[in-house]
Amino acid sequence: MKPTDIGAPDYFHKVVDCQWACPAHTPVPEYIRLIAAGRYDDAYMVNWNSNVFPGILGRTCDRPCEPACRRSRVEEAPPEQGKDSPAGAAREPVAICRLKRVAADNKDDIRARLPAAPKKKNGKRIACIGAGPASLTVARDLAPHGYHVVVYDGDAKAGGMIRSQIPRFRLPEEVIDEEVGYILGLGIEFRAGKRVDSMKALLAEGYDAIFVGSGAPRGRDLDIPGRKEAAKHIHIGIDWLSSVSFGHIDKIAKRVIVLGGGNTAMDCCRTSKRLGGEDVKVIVRSGFEEMKASPWEKEDAMHEGIPILNYLVPKEFTHRKGKLTGVTFEKVAAKFDADGSGRRRLVPTGEPDRHFECDEVLVAVGQENAFPWIEKDCGIAFDQSGMPTVDKVTLQASLPRVFFGGDAAFGPKNIIWAVAHGHEAAVSIDKLCQGEDVSKRPPPMVHLMSQKMGIHEWSYDNEIALDRRYKVPWRDASQTLKNIKIEVEMGFDRATAWKEAERCLNCDVQTVFSNTLCIECDACVDICPMDCITFTVNGEEANLRTRLNAPARNLAQDLYVSATLKTGRIMAKDEDVCLHCGLCAERCPTGAWDMQKFLLEMTPAGPGCRVRAAKKEPELV
Amino acid sequence: MTYLTKPALHHPTLQKNKVGYTRRDYEGKISTLCAGCGHDSISAAIIQACWELDIQPHRVAKLSGIGCSSKTPDYFLGASHGFNSVHGRMPSVLTGANLANRELIYLGVSGDGDSASIGIGQFAHIMRRGVNLTYILENNGVYGLTKGQFSATADAGSKSKRGVVNRDAPVDTVSLALQLGASYVARSFSGDKKQLVPLVKGAIAHQGAAFIDIVSPCVAFNNHEGSTKSYDYVREHNDSVNRLDFWPTREAINVEYPEGAVIDVAQHDGSILRLRKTHPEYDPLDRVKALNYIAEHQAKGELVTGLLYIDPDADDLHAHLNTVDTPFNRLGEKELCPGSTALEKLNAALR
Repeated sequence: MKPTDIGAPDYFHKVVDCQWACPAHTPVPEYIRLIAAGRYDDAYMVNWNSNVFPGILGRTCDRPCEPACRRSRVEEAPPEQGKDSPAGAAREPVAICRLKRVAADNKDDIRARLPAAPKKKNGKRIACIGAGPASLTVARDLAPHGYHVVVYDGDAKAGGMIRSQIPRFRLPEEVIDEEVGYILGLGIEFRAGKRVDSMKALLAEGYDAIFVGSGAPRGRDLDIPGRKEAAKHIHIGIDWLSSVSFGHIDKIAKRVIVLGGGNTAMDCCRTSKRLGGEDVKVIVRSGFEEMKASPWEKEDAMHEGIPILNYLVPKEFTHRKGKLTGVTFEKVAAKFDADGSGRRRLVPTGEPDRHFECDEVLVAVGQENAFPWIEKDCGIAFDQSGMPTVDKVTLQASLPRVFFGGDAAFGPKNIIWAVAHGHEAAVSIDKLCQGEDVSKRPPPMVHLMSQKMGIHEWSYDNEIALDRRYKVPWRDASQTLKNIKIEVEMGFDRATAWKEAERCLNCDVQTVFSNTLCIECDACVDICPMDCITFTVNGEEANLRTRLNAPARNLAQDLYVSATLKTGRIMAKDEDVCLHCGLCAERCPTGAWDMQKFLLEMTPAGPGCRVRAAKKEPELV
Repeated sequence: MTYLTKPALHHPTLQKNKVGYTRRDYEGKISTLCAGCGHDSISAAIIQACWELDIQPHRVAKLSGIGCSSKTPDYFLGASHGFNSVHGRMPSVLTGANLANRELIYLGVSGDGDSASIGIGQFAHIMRRGVNLTYILENNGVYGLTKGQFSATADAGSKSKRGVVNRDAPVDTVSLALQLGASYVARSFSGDKKQLVPLVKGAIAHQGAAFIDIVSPCVAFNNHEGSTKSYDYVREHNDSVNRLDFWPTREAINVEYPEGAVIDVAQHDGSILRLRKTHPEYDPLDRVKALNYIAEHQAKGELVTGLLYIDPDADDLHAHLNTVDTPFNRLGEKELCPGSTALEKLNAALR
């Protein structure tokens, strides 16, 4: 293998699994250290810069970072079945998401640290359609630079799906008001209750750029027999949720079936339970494991006594005299295609159909985009499936001054993706308005700094805590099921947050190797608790991976390979399960290993970004 | 030097051996030696060897004297018996322990000061008596604890860190062990675990006095230009006569070698030492030739390493003394005090 180029910003970025997995590339270990140090304001601001909604995301994020977390690859595997297994012994990631909430919950007033609304505008006018997370991110990134941003939304308050679809028992209204308020306070013009119904008309208003962040507002329906006849008692999940949010609906019948296996279905069933539903169940087509809902959301629903039944395909709504009586399901099983493609198919088992009685049904089987307000002839191209043609990087539509982001761009995803799109769209819009090529993107900023303070002293806590993941405490179900506005999760207290923060491995503190200093004494090899380091003769990667002190089987994780050493060998380090404990560097007599903090910051829209995009070189600070 | 304990977490593929332990279970406390010390690599090699041999840690006794090297038994086999004795006196304590309980596996860990200066007399006698042990000499040619004065194994002409040239002749512990009757004699290098681990395994399996001289660079005081015990010098002058493959039984051997390229030596415990020749003329079964070879190559400035001598028919102190098979510490009053009738019988035999 060729020696690893650690100057490439992606190399060490990939080692920080959580940050790499986060669409907005939040510097996770950095803010977790700040939380451990009790610097909640600083931790909050690190988050705010990257993901805009720390308090909201700290409760509702889809957490792509957590499945990626190295911690779940290095903890001791749970004992084999049949033996006494202590509670919580599963290998689990750091509770990254809920630590983010700790920063939001414990911060002081940070308003002074937010950018100020500029006194002088730059004369450029930007329209954002929809006041959801994507649009608000665009607005936040652009307004401080003097852009006049106008945000349109059909609802009275900004927030989009954050406000309309996420139930209050998961996300209190004041958290939304606070974080949405920070953005609206940057001198943004919010046109509440103003639904845009003609793109043509908006284009005619002469905006320099238009950002479409209108989400995926249409809930998919289920067109099976009985749908029309029993329509009064069958509701579309997201519409029903927003009616609940806005107080239009405050009760539901006793027996409720929720159809669908996504996070919306989980919100629907838990909301039903709070509005009078006694016998609430979720019924899904697929297997339990394949459900789209996040594992913790399924867990939360089941914790509230809601059963999830799987492999049942809805066949018919049964009804009598216009009144829904239940739903009939066909029993299916998952079969793999014989062609070895690994494709699964749901095949009827031939068992008799099952009928479940109920009084109301919530249909949460997916969301769709809908752009009835974009005229076919206004110059914005759509593909056959009805989605706009959007550049994946710049988010630019076929009409150069129109951009799409969030669910409106590529279909339903989640808040953190919407934020990531918002940042990228803001960069594009800024460059477009300054007459630059939007395809020339700025590289991220990279800092690499030694953490050495003394012979065995580092400026980060390199001791590895063996604690298992801490559970966020829940408020008692007897309270939470009575009132839809009472938040279920109470968040970590400071002491538990510190303990959970200590579980973080500091993957951003990188092991940096210098082949010219190494004397090949083997000290690092001997001390490494994970057997990550090997000195051996070079070879092709596939071959080298099998010859290391411990096999490097996780191909998603790179090998760090040095140039040839004095003995003709190379140093090869498998990044996969490195604890970043720094013992290699403590044991190294010559300083050939050093622990250096890698801090990657995405370049936000603005003048700095334009300069850096022109340079095209990653900047090592 | 490190203050942190090595984290208990380990690689997910870490294997357990036949007695149910992982390699990590054979570790000891965190080392307090200088960073980069060769001794730590030797500790790692001992850990690896014991794990591979499926040794029950509580069946091992590790004894040492005084010095950097003699601190190391604290850093491996944390679940074994240990005795940190007086400077240079490990051999007599070990001999006593071995007499009391012949069933334990004995590791004597010593350094060049401990064995070649203050304890050279003790060293001579434990070899001569054939005590069943693995004597590991961690040889760095300097007194590290007192800041780098030459030890008795420093080569004449080698330079200290301060630039002083050593004029005294060195004690060659390998030749000494050969002359004194050790039945397993090897030399290796802390920086070459591929060579060292099988040598340690062979020595532990050997039922007699096994001696391994391990050149172990002192990074703090003896790893400079002009030193003959530095990483660079040893790598440049290492003349290995063979590579050892240790097989626990003949049946376990699963690698084929061309005929004439290997020497197989069966030990009493059934293990096979298979020596891959790197010097075709070298005969590790001939004590006198081995001595000559070492002397000749030493004169050329080469450091001869490998399994230098093995006596497949070795016996030990207990055989010399014709002791009973049961360890002394398990003999009860009945066996030790056979009574007046037996005494009378004995007295009568002597009349």
